[in-house]
Amino acid sequence: MSRQFTPKVVTANRLREGDVVYLTADDQWSPLHHQAELIEDEAHAQLRLLHASSQKLLIVGPYLADAKAGPSGPEPVHFREAFRTRGPSNYDHGKQADLRA
Amino acid sequence: MYSYSDFDESFVRARVAQFTQQVERRLDGSLTEEEFRPLRLMNGLYLQLHAYMLRVAIPYGTISPHQMRQLAMIADTYDKGYGHFTTRQNIQFNWPILPDVPAILSALADVEMHAIQTSGNCVRNVTADHFAGAAADEIEDPRPYAELLRQWSTDHPEFQFLPRKFKIAITGAPNDRAVTRAHDIGLRMVKNAAGESGFEVMVGGGLGRTPMIAHTVRNFLPVADLLPYVEAVLSVYNTLGRRDNKYKARIKITVHETGKEEISRMIEERFAELRPLFGGHDQELLEDIRAAFAPPAFRNAPLGAYDAFYKADPTFRSWADTNLSQHRNDQYAIVTISVKAHGQTPGDASSDQMRMMADLAERYGHNDLRISHEQNVILPHVHKSDLPAVHAALAQVGLATANVGLISDIIACPGMDYCALATARSIPIATQIADRFEALDLEHDIGPMKIKISGCINACGHHHVGHIGILGLDRAGVENYQITLGGDGTETAAIGDKTGPGFAYDEIVPAVERIMRAYLTVREAPQETFLQTVRRLGLDPFKAALYGTEGAQDAA
Repeated sequence: MSRQFTPKVVTANRLREGDVVYLTADDQWSPLHHQAELIEDEAHAQLRLLHASSQKLLIVGPYLADAKAGPSGPEPVHFREAFRTRGPSNYDHGKQADLRA
Repeated sequence: MYSYSDFDESFVRARVAQFTQQVERRLDGSLTEEEFRPLRLMNGLYLQLHAYMLRVAIPYGTISPHQMRQLAMIADTYDKGYGHFTTRQNIQFNWPILPDVPAILSALADVEMHAIQTSGNCVRNVTADHFAGAAADEIEDPRPYAELLRQWSTDHPEFQFLPRKFKIAITGAPNDRAVTRAHDIGLRMVKNAAGESGFEVMVGGGLGRTPMIAHTVRNFLPVADLLPYVEAVLSVYNTLGRRDNKYKARIKITVHETGKEEISRMIEERFAELRPLFGGHDQELLEDIRAAFAPPAFRNAPLGAYDAFYKADPTFRSWADTNLSQHRNDQYAIVTISVKAHGQTPGDASSDQMRMMADLAERYGHNDLRISHEQNVILPHVHKSDLPAVHAALAQVGLATANVGLISDIIACPGMDYCALATARSIPIATQIADRFEALDLEHDIGPMKIKISGCINACGHHHVGHIGILGLDRAGVENYQITLGGDGTETAAIGDKTGPGFAYDEIVPAVERIMRAYLTVREAPQETFLQTVRRLGLDPFKAALYGTEGAQDAA
């Protein structure tokens, strides 16, 4: 029996600013994790990653990150990905500040 | 200090111009990320967790007030108003955006600074004793040699694609403040029987996933042989180093696999070939460089005001007792400015703090500033009569913390708050330990204590050579912190020993507290430092404190 596929989101950093972004179902790059497309099929995940990889003028270093469904959209599974949704813990910098502004 | 020659100036400007065009070509799509990545790394530009990061070299940790102000300007204009001083005497800006980087490099070039060779498999920033030229115990100022090495290694055609990165550290003093034994090449100045200056050459030290203390391959290298000898070491490494396996590519593995005797023989053989090719031009250059490092014109003035203030003001006295070191001129002191205020990020200085340090260096410090690998800033030459004024000014900007060498003077890498390689956070562990021991008011009772924290196995936080080392790992998707004890980065260098299983994020600070309480219980006298106690008793009492009775039984 094959292992069950862990759902994924496609994430990357913006080329110009370096900000963390997520690929949405309608091919936008959103700074919000919960707006990402939650991909539940492995073949579809590879296709979406391929699509992301072609957007060389927008983003850098796309990859598939584990995620899970939450009440308002996909949520990160690993703590590293949770940090990427916010910014550093020592200052109110990065997304946690930018998105509030 | 050394000023750029016309050659240096045009070289750095040319690189800025090249990189400016490379950034333009990346932004317009002419270059792919795969093509651009090695180019940006050659210029110190990383992509981290939340943003780009620019790593700027501060050669051998020496920086002028003018340069420090420019760093402050860059922090304000292109970043978020601060910079982070690193364990390799660099400064990192955590939030530049790619289109701004050429302007930042241009602003750096305006003050004779750059980010070249702060990344990649080349010879990195040569680090040095941060008390160089000032310390009472020094044989000779090592910085002219460090500058000679910088010039030789910059853009050296043979050594741009080494098997792996290469780090050189140099000290002119017998008391090693530059962690020379944990570098690819460590150079320690010594005198021979005839009273001539030379170097003990140590090769193959390093931390990271396979920590090793360097081997001495030459007990005495005449100073005139420095460049051909270092070139011989690099040349042997460039040939033998493992390019097949990134984790075995550092020279420490080459030395380990080849053996000290054989690699020493190969270095000497290569040195014999190279030595005649150095016709003396390097020595002429060295003489010019030496002139740039002439000692300042020390002032001769009464010390009465300092003595009176020291007696009268307990806050000043506490600061003077921890943050001053002995200068070779009795009227002077070396001031270590703690960039480790309790609860603040180790090594982060705001632009206001940078400007204050620059002002103080100009007014009271003979225009000299240093960055230490312990992430503090040094005013190497302050007349003692000026110390009360310096202290008062530092206090205005939160830089008068009296904790140098104590438990809150922690080295911490950026960890998973910034670094893409990290497996756990470092900074919040450091700030929580500092806050906890301040609240307990135990810091001065504990005495000399070096805690060093790395957020991954690459060991930028030097955890292996911490009296207490803390290594943050990812254990099954949870942050976990492994403790080592008994590490030492000085001339008596040692790699710390693991205590046992690691601790969760919310368990690590209490674990450190248990170690410290055990130390206070078992030390023979307050004069016995933590490191001495660990050396006398081994790990057992500390394992018992960490792991309870089970550990105590193991110990018995």
